[in-house]
Amino acid sequence: MRCMDIRKVVQVLEQTAREILTLLQSVHQPSGFKEIPSKCQKARELFCTVRTHLGELKTKFPVDQYYRFHEHWRFVLQRLAFLAAFVVYLESESLVTREEVAQILGIEVVREKGFHLDVEDYLAGVLIMASELSRLAVNSVTAGDYSRPLRISNFINELDSGFRLLNLKNDPLRKRYDGLKYDVKKIEEVVYDLSIRGLSKELEAGGDK
Amino acid sequence: MSKREGEGYPRRMKTSQKTDDRDTGANLTSPVMAAFKVFQQELDTKHDKHERLVKLSRDITIESKRTIFLLHRVTSVPDVEEVLTEADLKLDGVRLNIRMIAEELRGEDLHQFHRAFTPGIQEYVEAVSFHHFIRHRTLISLEEINTKLVFVKEPEDTPEGQQPMGTPQVLTFQVTPTDYLLGVADLTGELMRMCISSVGNGDMDTPFQVSMFLRQIHDGFSYIGNTGPYEVSKKLHTLRQSLSKVEDACYTLKVRGSEIPKHMLADVFSSRTAMMDQDEGMA
Repeated sequence: MRCMDIRKVVQVLEQTAREILTLLQSVHQPSGFKEIPSKCQKARELFCTVRTHLGELKTKFPVDQYYRFHEHWRFVLQRLAFLAAFVVYLESESLVTREEVAQILGIEVVREKGFHLDVEDYLAGVLIMASELSRLAVNSVTAGDYSRPLRISNFINELDSGFRLLNLKNDPLRKRYDGLKYDVKKIEEVVYDLSIRGLSKELEAGGDK
Repeated sequence: MSKREGEGYPRRMKTSQKTDDRDTGANLTSPVMAAFKVFQQELDTKHDKHERLVKLSRDITIESKRTIFLLHRVTSVPDVEEVLTEADLKLDGVRLNIRMIAEELRGEDLHQFHRAFTPGIQEYVEAVSFHHFIRHRTLISLEEINTKLVFVKEPEDTPEGQQPMGTPQVLTFQVTPTDYLLGVADLTGELMRMCISSVGNGDMDTPFQVSMFLRQIHDGFSYIGNTGPYEVSKKLHTLRQSLSKVEDACYTLKVRGSEIPKHMLADVFSSRTAMMDQDEGMA
């Protein structure tokens, strides 16, 4: 049955996603900060494997029945979108576009062209990343980096403004978006803690990235 | 719209992007905001289509249910054909709505919107298969249902009286096997009611016909068992109950039917019907 074939490939994808996550999680360690560029590089290599597996997944069902089987890979695709967004943030401190995520994963953006990244899955991945960044803000301070939290704060606030433009229904995406405000708050608290202690004065002069 | 969190929480590091106004001009120039504006439009378009399909589905459900109520009258009126003809007209109306669903789904992946219209389609299957059974005493096939859902669009708008260009457009809506099964499962509930009410009217043939038919449907579903979609398995329980009531009715009719005057048959079954009505939570 098709579902078994699909499930097998999805399991392999989930395994690779876990590997990428384990690799990237290490940036939360104080020692991990220095190694961010090399970790991103390694993550990108692992995404090669992801592209291969997604290429295989495409063949397991008729091309025009994406949404019939969507639930099988929705979870792992959201995770992969998150990981792609996280890598791009670590590299350039910018928000990855939907097109870029699709490119990293080797899939399409537009449904008519083939196996694609649904906009809601992309947005879910971005929201997962927001949580990761709120954690990173906290751990940056612990690691002695007092400038990163402010940059994360600006980034997340812009993200929040973007999400406010959306008219969401009462669906899983809405629920996930509801968590964003806690990430925003957490990061603001970090920034506040730094500013009242004068710890962020150092960066006002330098303003380095 | 979510309220701003952290009210009463002192904000020391105000950044320029913080604003309650969603569409402030300055913000929209950033690439992130521009991207989200696109997402907004995409999501709005999708949700709007979903809503239109839900509305169509509701209209289909209402009209199909009315058709079923109408069809139940065949057990108590002399002119069955008149009822069937009237039901035909109603179902034609339903099919117009299905055609509109097909228009909405043109170029779309119908599984993306399936949840929106599946209730209506199931109800339609129930109505149309009920109609078919009353007339033919057989189960309408999925193919027969789908044949009636092929819509031809004549190219009416021709520029300046010229010949219509191209072939007439054909639009189809195809009921999925799952929706067909679910509709047929619900049909069994109506058949059970029909069986009981026909007995009350002194009809000695229909109950046994319905019983046999229902048993065949039940056996078919049993064969599928739990290998089908989850929703189908759920219906199997209700189906067994319906079959049980029908079989009991036939038994009573067989054993005691000849003893009881026809006009009292209704009373014999009235206590049973009272029990049944309590069970009918979901028709």
